[in-house]
Amino acid sequence: MAQLTPRNVLVATLLVLLALLPVYCTVTGNYFLMSLFTRILILGMAAVSLNLIMGFGGMVSFGHAAYLGIGGYAVGILAKEGINSGFIQWPVAVLVSALFALGVGALSLRTRGVYFIMITLAFAQMVYYVAIGLDRYGGDDGLTIHKRSEFFNPLNLSNRTIFYYLCFALLMVTVYLVWRLVHSRFGMAIQGARSNDRRMRAIGFPTYRYKLTCFVIAGTICGLAGALLANHTSFINPSIMFWTRSGDLIVMAVLGGMGTVFGPVIGAIALLVLEEALPILIGGASQLLTGHEVQGAREYWQLILGPMLLLIVLFARGGIDGLLARPSRGVQSNG
Amino acid sequence: MLYLIEQCLNGIQLGMLLFLLAAGLTLIFGIMDLVNLAHGSLYMIGAYFAATFAAVTGSFVLGAILALLATLVVGMALEVIAIRRLYGRDHLDHVLGTFGLLLFFNELVRLIWGPGGLTLPLPSQMLTAVQVLPGVFYPLFRVVIILATLAVALLLYVLVMRTRVGMLIRAGASNREMVGALGVNIKLLYTLVFGLGAALAGFAGLMQAPILTVQIGMGENILILAFVVIIIGGIGSIRGAFVAAIIVGLIDTIGRAFLPDLVRHFVSYSAGSSLGPSLSSMMIYMLMAAVLVFRPEGLFPASSK
Repeated sequence: MAQLTPRNVLVATLLVLLALLPVYCTVTGNYFLMSLFTRILILGMAAVSLNLIMGFGGMVSFGHAAYLGIGGYAVGILAKEGINSGFIQWPVAVLVSALFALGVGALSLRTRGVYFIMITLAFAQMVYYVAIGLDRYGGDDGLTIHKRSEFFNPLNLSNRTIFYYLCFALLMVTVYLVWRLVHSRFGMAIQGARSNDRRMRAIGFPTYRYKLTCFVIAGTICGLAGALLANHTSFINPSIMFWTRSGDLIVMAVLGGMGTVFGPVIGAIALLVLEEALPILIGGASQLLTGHEVQGAREYWQLILGPMLLLIVLFARGGIDGLLARPSRGVQSNG
Repeated sequence: MLYLIEQCLNGIQLGMLLFLLAAGLTLIFGIMDLVNLAHGSLYMIGAYFAATFAAVTGSFVLGAILALLATLVVGMALEVIAIRRLYGRDHLDHVLGTFGLLLFFNELVRLIWGPGGLTLPLPSQMLTAVQVLPGVFYPLFRVVIILATLAVALLLYVLVMRTRVGMLIRAGASNREMVGALGVNIKLLYTLVFGLGAALAGFAGLMQAPILTVQIGMGENILILAFVVIIIGGIGSIRGAFVAAIIVGLIDTIGRAFLPDLVRHFVSYSAGSSLGPSLSSMMIYMLMAAVLVFRPEGLFPASSK
């Protein structure tokens, strides 16, 4: 398991860097970087949860951002009503997400293929419109969260470093949990159902129940990520659940590599860093080409990101992780 | 009562636009088995082309025709350059690849036309209202939309069911290898079908352009509605898309028109104004969920046509 493959080296390096980042940020005072990486950790957690059902279970959910919204709104609404305790906010966020996932999963797992993609999308859009209809909680404009969730004393979420490490720890727990899950009997049944559902049923696995359980676990984790995200931005609005956001989560999972547990975290880092870096690169390139920086050229980074996604789909199916794993085919995913 | 008739007409008009989008989607989906998230981009591009060409030529009709041709060309070029390589991949690849195209087109439009929206003014003779029923007046342009779309639907029906090309399209949908083995240029056929879908989306965009502003991302909301339409109607079925589009259009419009008043009986006035429209949007998705649960193949499965 602990072989020195390029992938393991990368994962280990990333973990060390992620763990040391707040130290660097505090020393240099670069809080923007810390805020960016807090976001990366949270969205990475969401992407890992999506990958559990998409990569291992073969259930392409196009509505995963709904849980981010549900978790976030649970925190936002409770905060607005004067309940700031994290011991109430977070369990509510997790519970509501789990219940929603149970309902959505129970209905949508009756369908498969593109119908599944579309029905999960439809449910997410439904929640999106519910949020727009919540007049008391800001409707379309969203809701500012004035106070982060309150826990016992040393765990003060308003402290950026503590919040970062909390997100880091929760991400690690998530990765570990998903890793254990994937390699358990349950995980084997899920992966079996992905490759041949009928055969799994024939040998006596009630795959519907297995898949539904998996779907609910993923939704629950993502709901917790939503609660973190709302705390991070101190703001929640419906656009966090718009279908393109679900698309972003899928992009993260695929970009990093769906076959492994840690892949989506790499994908989240890659996508969000690209979002920050591409504008700068475009600015620099335009300066090199024309001698001065072209006004507004930086805004067009998606012009590069879009075709990049297409190229990844066409030529690099395994994502970044797949590129790393290629030299050593024999090593199974142990990410 | 007058108000109800007017809202029904609005609903049908929205349904017609949805049908134009959904027909293209369902053709592409039914025949090439491709989930195309970039379909909304073609709708947007059609609208931008129409606004630009109409401004250049000074004629709405001429602008519309040019825009239609241009969208057709863009669609076919897109198929040859990118989409063709996605056939036969799994749906996740389609979703991701065309999602990338959607981002690309949004930025490209911003690069060419700028971040501000455009408007497409109607010719003055279109601005009048006509008497559609005794005592019921309705804007002429909306009547034109309904009639033009009905004509397109009829043409599409004749094309698919009564011509040689249509026969090949249907044959390609049921067994692509066999059609290819019989000596039909299946690649060209697919390019044509994709171009046709693009042109339909562009037509929807240019018809909608004078009513709404032409802006970036205008295709993203309506694309999802169009997907809902083809799921309700049954994937691959044009007839199903037609019926479902009208149902969805009516629910959305009538819900928006009447639900706020209804909801206000239970909650405060301002809460009703925001809850009403979101309830009517939700109703569409609930309908879709119900259809998927009780009739997973849609109301008019393509196989039984």
